[in-house]
Amino acid sequence: MTRSTTRLDYTSWGRVVRVPHQVISPGYRDELPACLHMGAGKAPLLAVGMRRSYGDSVINTGNTLVDMTGLDRLIAFDATTGRLRCEAGATLDDILRVMVPRGWFLPTTPGTRFVTLGGAVANDVHGKNHHRAGSIGCAVNSLTLLRSDAPPQRLHPGEPLFHATLGGLGLTGIISDVDITLIPIKSAFLDVERIPYGNIEEFFSIARESMEGFEHTVSWIDCANGGQALGRGIFQRANWCQDGPLTPHQSRGGLAIPFDLPTHMLNGTTIRLFNTLYNHLQQRGAHRQRTHYAPFFYPLDSLRNWNRMYGPAGLYQYQCVIPQPHAQEAIEALVRVIAASGAGSFLAVLKTFGARSAGGYLSFPLEGATLALDFANRGAETLHLMSRLDRIVAEAGGRLYAAKDGRMPAAMFQSGYTDWNRLKNLKDPATSSDFWRRVSY
Amino acid sequence: MGQKIIILGALSAIAEATARRYASNGAQLVLVARNADRLEQLAQDMKARGAARCDTRTLDLAQETDTTAAFGDMMVALGGQVDAVFVFYGLLGDQRHEEHDIVAAARTLRVNFSSAAEWCLAIANQLEQQKKGVLVAVSSVAGDRGRQSNYIYGAAKAGLTVLVEGIAHRLAPKGAHAVVAKLGFVDTPMTAHIRKKGLLWAKPADVAEKLVAIAQKPDMPVVYVPGFWRLIMAIVCNVPARIFHKTKL
Repeated sequence: MTRSTTRLDYTSWGRVVRVPHQVISPGYRDELPACLHMGAGKAPLLAVGMRRSYGDSVINTGNTLVDMTGLDRLIAFDATTGRLRCEAGATLDDILRVMVPRGWFLPTTPGTRFVTLGGAVANDVHGKNHHRAGSIGCAVNSLTLLRSDAPPQRLHPGEPLFHATLGGLGLTGIISDVDITLIPIKSAFLDVERIPYGNIEEFFSIARESMEGFEHTVSWIDCANGGQALGRGIFQRANWCQDGPLTPHQSRGGLAIPFDLPTHMLNGTTIRLFNTLYNHLQQRGAHRQRTHYAPFFYPLDSLRNWNRMYGPAGLYQYQCVIPQPHAQEAIEALVRVIAASGAGSFLAVLKTFGARSAGGYLSFPLEGATLALDFANRGAETLHLMSRLDRIVAEAGGRLYAAKDGRMPAAMFQSGYTDWNRLKNLKDPATSSDFWRRVSY
Repeated sequence: MGQKIIILGALSAIAEATARRYASNGAQLVLVARNADRLEQLAQDMKARGAARCDTRTLDLAQETDTTAAFGDMMVALGGQVDAVFVFYGLLGDQRHEEHDIVAAARTLRVNFSSAAEWCLAIANQLEQQKKGVLVAVSSVAGDRGRQSNYIYGAAKAGLTVLVEGIAHRLAPKGAHAVVAKLGFVDTPMTAHIRKKGLLWAKPADVAEKLVAIAQKPDMPVVYVPGFWRLIMAIVCNVPARIFHKTKL
């Protein structure tokens, strides 16, 4: 229906900003031009998917959101090449349930399967195999873009508008469908090896030696405990198993957190305890294990609405990337500041990126290392901590991930993304977002 | 080859979700609705999901006068045998408007009852002759008790419920089945204008899962989907009129 309704429940995953939106929910591709027309010259619009972005890149206060989740049809699949073309609102969850039994997997995947393919492209998402596969944009063959000022166009790598749209946060128009190449798998299981490390120097040395022999690498790092425990963590590296079964994940199941937990449940003490406990549990488990892709890639998807653990005030996520030359010293500095603040989160993730790039003007990954963690929203105190982290990141030549961000200053964005003006020049005049209004002046 | 399925009113959200479940199990599908372009989009999706075949028929179901011939044409696409036929199409209507525009009220009655009945009767004849298969007709809890907010739509659905219940009775000794599924609130484009909140609203994919399970095991002729509506409607139907008439239900 190309009618809009006023909705108060369209928030992002962090739930810090709660504002009314006019929401349009198209069910068929032929309705999209009318949606764009509603945005042109009136309240600017933004296409959104599952709204798993943490901050305000999926918020458009007082304006229009086009909810793309109704456009979730597959268009064509070639079982000889693995090429899949589908509507932008198809979720990775749905694609995997259909494709895993036939021996295909996503070329790379973020830490949740509850995102749309269009959203994955608009954020040029990355996964645990970045050092091999690059970001998701590396596997996109083409996409269809609808703009308020041009007829629908099919875009390919190499074209400026393609690279503006890849990672372009929905600001170049509405992505209506995406053509992507899946990868063949022989099993739905991975052979996962876990290696504890004692400090960040050790992390980098394990990461270096794992680059060649392992397709997937990631690590959990303890950012809550200082002293001897500072920078300890568990490194995980994995390859796909070579023999079946090709069992897809369960479509439902898992626990749901039915209401907001009180804010004081998450404090320095409980978080330090959790990290200590997690560290022990992980060390005790087998060092090599056959693990299904769902718990390996999507550990938090089995706890639906886990964002509610952070209480009604919501959460911020902070994810930065530091380019190679300064990665180790900058990550050490960041972890020291976070541990000293006592605000560290349950699960902080540290991972290295490879050099392969899809070339989106706002693509996040750089060859180096990325650190990601959550902070409960405690107002000014939390914002102040993150601006201290900003200084370390900026000095090391790094940048922040727009998909996770709800507060970076314009200067931080513009110095991190030197191509941002190229997106500005190709932006669809009918689109906008709170994020864009904040970082683009 | 998978199951052979016909879906009338395939462009409704619940119908599409139902078709997808069959498609991913390799079914042969015939999808019927009014909009040819949109049907083609569904057919592409079903084939990509694994349907062995997906044929479409562009048809205004409510306008069709010879349902026997039209249904026979769908049967040809499946080689003369069908495992399940779903009747999804319907029209919610606008109760307030229809009270003063009786032509519009007649349309709501015709689409939801008389035309749906004509299709169900044609389907029943086929199932009776092949001595197997199931008809699943989608009805509504609105048909359980006349309420000021939607009694015209409710009356049509009540009629459909009784008709399909009768077909189930007729087919039972023949080895074929009919089920009428009474749906509660479902979050679909048909109900997008209603402010929906709370636990009573079901998702199309969950309703579809139930409907497929019902078609696989059609042991009850009248089913509430989701099941808790049986309890809610038992309460609604037993409230004395002098109290009921003071409510805005």
